[in-house]
Amino acid sequence: MAVTQMIGARIQRREDPRLITGHGRYVDDMTRPQMAYMAVVRSPLPHAKINSIEVTEAAKAAGVIGVYTARDFQGVIQGTIPVSNSFVPDKKQVPEQFPIAKGEVVYQGEPVAVVIAEERYQAGDAALLVEVDYDPLPAVTDLEKALQPGSPTVHSGAADNIGWDMTYAAEDSIAEAWGEGEVFVKERILQQRLFPIPMETRAVVAEWDNFDNRLTLWTSTQVPHFIRLFVGTAMGLTESQVRVIGPDVGGGFGAKLRPYPEEYLAAATSKLTGRPVKWIETRSENLLATTHGRGQIFDVEVAAKRDGTLVAMKVTQILDIGAYQGVFGAFQAVACLLAGGAYQWKGIAARSIGVLTNKTSTDPYRGAGRPEATHLVERMVDLVAGEIGMDPVEVRRKNFVREFPHTNNFGLTFDSGDYEKSLDRALGLAGYEELRRRQAELRSQGRYLGIGLSTWIEICGLGPSAATAPAAGVALVESATVRVHPTGSVSINVGTHSHGQGHDTTFAQLAADALGVPYDAIAINHGDTGDTPFGYGTYGSRSLAVGGMAIRKSCHKVVDKARKLAAHIFEAAEEDVAFEQGDFYVKGSPDKRKSIGELAFAAHGAGLPEGMEQGLEAVTYFDPPNFVWPFGAHICVVEVDPDTGAVDLQKYVAVDDCGNVINPMIVDGQIHGGIAQGIAQALFEEVIYDEESGQLKTGTLVDYMVPSASEMPDYEMDRTVTPSPTNELGVKGIGEAGTIAASAAVINAVCDALSPLGVKHVDMPANPDRLWKLIHQQRTGGNGASSPEATSDARGAFGATQEYRPDGGR
Amino acid sequence: MIPAAFEYARATSVDEASKLLQQYGEDAKVLAGGHSLIPLMRLRLSQPSALVDINPVKELNYIVRENGKLRIGAMTRHVQIHSSREVREALPLLAEMAFEVGDNQVRNLGTMGGVIAHGDTAGDYPTLAVMLDAEIVTNKRRHMASEFFKDVLTTALEPDEIVCEVVFPVAGGRHKYVKFRRRLFDWAIVAAAAQEMDRGWRIGLTNVGTTPVRAVAVEQALGQGASPQQAAEQADQGLHPSGDIRATPEYKKHLARVLTRRAIEQAA
Repeated sequence: MAVTQMIGARIQRREDPRLITGHGRYVDDMTRPQMAYMAVVRSPLPHAKINSIEVTEAAKAAGVIGVYTARDFQGVIQGTIPVSNSFVPDKKQVPEQFPIAKGEVVYQGEPVAVVIAEERYQAGDAALLVEVDYDPLPAVTDLEKALQPGSPTVHSGAADNIGWDMTYAAEDSIAEAWGEGEVFVKERILQQRLFPIPMETRAVVAEWDNFDNRLTLWTSTQVPHFIRLFVGTAMGLTESQVRVIGPDVGGGFGAKLRPYPEEYLAAATSKLTGRPVKWIETRSENLLATTHGRGQIFDVEVAAKRDGTLVAMKVTQILDIGAYQGVFGAFQAVACLLAGGAYQWKGIAARSIGVLTNKTSTDPYRGAGRPEATHLVERMVDLVAGEIGMDPVEVRRKNFVREFPHTNNFGLTFDSGDYEKSLDRALGLAGYEELRRRQAELRSQGRYLGIGLSTWIEICGLGPSAATAPAAGVALVESATVRVHPTGSVSINVGTHSHGQGHDTTFAQLAADALGVPYDAIAINHGDTGDTPFGYGTYGSRSLAVGGMAIRKSCHKVVDKARKLAAHIFEAAEEDVAFEQGDFYVKGSPDKRKSIGELAFAAHGAGLPEGMEQGLEAVTYFDPPNFVWPFGAHICVVEVDPDTGAVDLQKYVAVDDCGNVINPMIVDGQIHGGIAQGIAQALFEEVIYDEESGQLKTGTLVDYMVPSASEMPDYEMDRTVTPSPTNELGVKGIGEAGTIAASAAVINAVCDALSPLGVKHVDMPANPDRLWKLIHQQRTGGNGASSPEATSDARGAFGATQEYRPDGGR
Repeated sequence: MIPAAFEYARATSVDEASKLLQQYGEDAKVLAGGHSLIPLMRLRLSQPSALVDINPVKELNYIVRENGKLRIGAMTRHVQIHSSREVREALPLLAEMAFEVGDNQVRNLGTMGGVIAHGDTAGDYPTLAVMLDAEIVTNKRRHMASEFFKDVLTTALEPDEIVCEVVFPVAGGRHKYVKFRRRLFDWAIVAAAAQEMDRGWRIGLTNVGTTPVRAVAVEQALGQGASPQQAAEQADQGLHPSGDIRATPEYKKHLARVLTRRAIEQAA
């Protein structure tokens, strides 16, 4: 009878035995009778006119069922791939994206034909026999050149390459604040393009049922209900005709939260061939054709006072859209709205310019806009600290937001926080003062130790309809049904979708407490639109703060009904019935109890109170009153080898605050992975396109440097707990936090390490050849360091002296 | 990605493999550990008409020390080389290198002969073979390592020629291999090897040209009494490395100097 408290329990993920022993059920594990395979013929060129497509040879190849090009899909696929508002409601140019190129290809990897064959290898072989005659057109690759008048355009006939130009606050609106500045720092901060690289590439099985006129689509996605809506609509189908199933999904990182051409094409070819069609993305295709992340330039200028007070900021974001607007690509403009970070500012001017290029579209990638915001503001704070000769810790302390709720310069309301507490905890854990002493000692020996801070915040838990309806064009609420079966076990069906986050465990933990039933008696179902309520899926660290709340509220509705029934059975007044750890009893008579399971049995039987229906279940669509605002402090310690430019990651401290914690082990795991991806951006990864030809140069994982566990430091972790007032669970999100925090901590450490050489700023990835070049230039007195502002005087991070004052001059 | 179609045959002896290669013609390839060939095939960068799998050829898996030589059979796996007491005593630098190859999976399957026959200048063993004047023994003849590696991924091997053995001199003197890379499992961006022999130092460089390099100028400078630092300044003499995503030619030449100095200084 006694149920232990599950919220806060550090238990292992119950889905893991299946997942880590190779017994996961992914799309590629799915097989259907008569199933055929699809291979996609893709454009090898970034921009070209298609003169003709010759499919005769391919159609004759062994095992080939059919070869299809754009014209074959006319009428089968009626719609185009959608584009959401995502903070930029007024877009200048939204090129129509049909799932397959019609007469012009605009990025390398764009589908031009598909081959359906009996076997996967037959489809792959035949795809090579499709001959496409292209007339190459100039490729637009460079963001700034793309903006120049007279630039070739990404789409033939377009006036220019501007996807959007959105000013959130004009520079003249902050003129007064700007005038208060005493010191000014300016920097161009690059956010290189990144591949999201989920372990599982994209994958689809589409099965059209010609008799019932129904489509079933198994797809590796974060958003089954979105896919049903968009792919179904484009196929001219209603939701009731379409079932989308996202089974086990091996990671998404934002790259699987939109419909993709192949989902439409597999569905349509299933209809055209009358066969179930499977398509499994190869890793090469994944790098080429799955959306990329980041790809932004920030021009930032900050006005501050000599005492370290931050006054005003001007930020311009130039974002590489790729050839088509990402479905949620403009969401990354949120970087502008969060550019102020954890600090108070009198004014922030912000503008976002989206630029079309002949490249794969960008879309959200873990953090989406928030890592960019953190990186830019944390870099700028360090540049201010360097400029005025103040410890970066003290500049942060001086400017932290301290009172909550706090409404930032763009009207976003931080729900709760205690930024100094997490900073202090991190400084203590890192041994900050000792690190600074050690740094001074090593510097005197010609060694380059660097200490970098990132006091990050984020907006997550998307989101309150009041905010997301105008900004994103949709009310991003979340849903859950809770059904107590006659003998007391529980099925919970949710609109979110787990693709590695451990929902099966976390959700069961919180429901176990809310219902007072054993954790093992609860099944969590997600990913199948056939049995889950409409939901918006999983991204933006929303599943717990929004979806978890929907579960909790449904549990409460179930308990409320059970209480009514208990009162009827006990012949007591409803308000006299107590509920404790799954049992109901009349206050004062705790010995006579009915468990929720017993009441569920009763609820399915006869003798219910008048007007009460059978069954014990409830559905909730939860619309949160606000976003949630996690925060924390990360400290990274590096030593840079001046002879090779290699960065040795020596220490990584992370103190994060995501409010109340349901499962500490899962939270730690999310932070681990997140930090790894942030470190990967800071030091390793970069998508490179050849500037002239527009060809992807990092098309394999040999060339694209995903780091492994061997390259990661040990993480020293701790947390503070500042409950969110936004929801009754007091929780915030944690899925993206590590990534949001980490790149700034690492790059600040690298810049701090090299500051004795006069290096002020380093672009990402800070790889050895880039750092060596910088070091070499500074040492030989050459110019052309990474930033125009970089000087060759050997000034330390804190100003004219390299000597560190632990008290920061306070 | 899926490789192009190919024939496949298993050989249990060198003779059988040789016959199969002749039978399949010059587009056939020998499959050893497969850690270079299979990825190339998956990307269809390599489309052999047939694979002759020599994994069952037991006679090519051995480590023998005799007459001042260390003979390594072509099918000897990296993990065997790394963990062999014979190698650790006769040529500890080779054992050290074997541990630096790839990751566990690669070391468990990858072979000495595969690395040599693949002829990748970023490979580790070719550097050692060239700097120590090793001999490469095939089913047809003996090659001096210094004449074996011809160009990028190009060796003196004929289509039906199979690497059977690599013969290194025994060298127990001070040695070090410094491999500079981004990730533990990566190929070298640049690597430098130093081995002290009875008659002076041997210095080799990995991935600084189309073929492995013996840094003769450094060896001579050391022979004339130069300090490691002075000698290492000669390491980029005559080098014309190509640039790639990881490193510019200038940076590679710089690394050649830095890593050569470190290899000599750290040799123990």
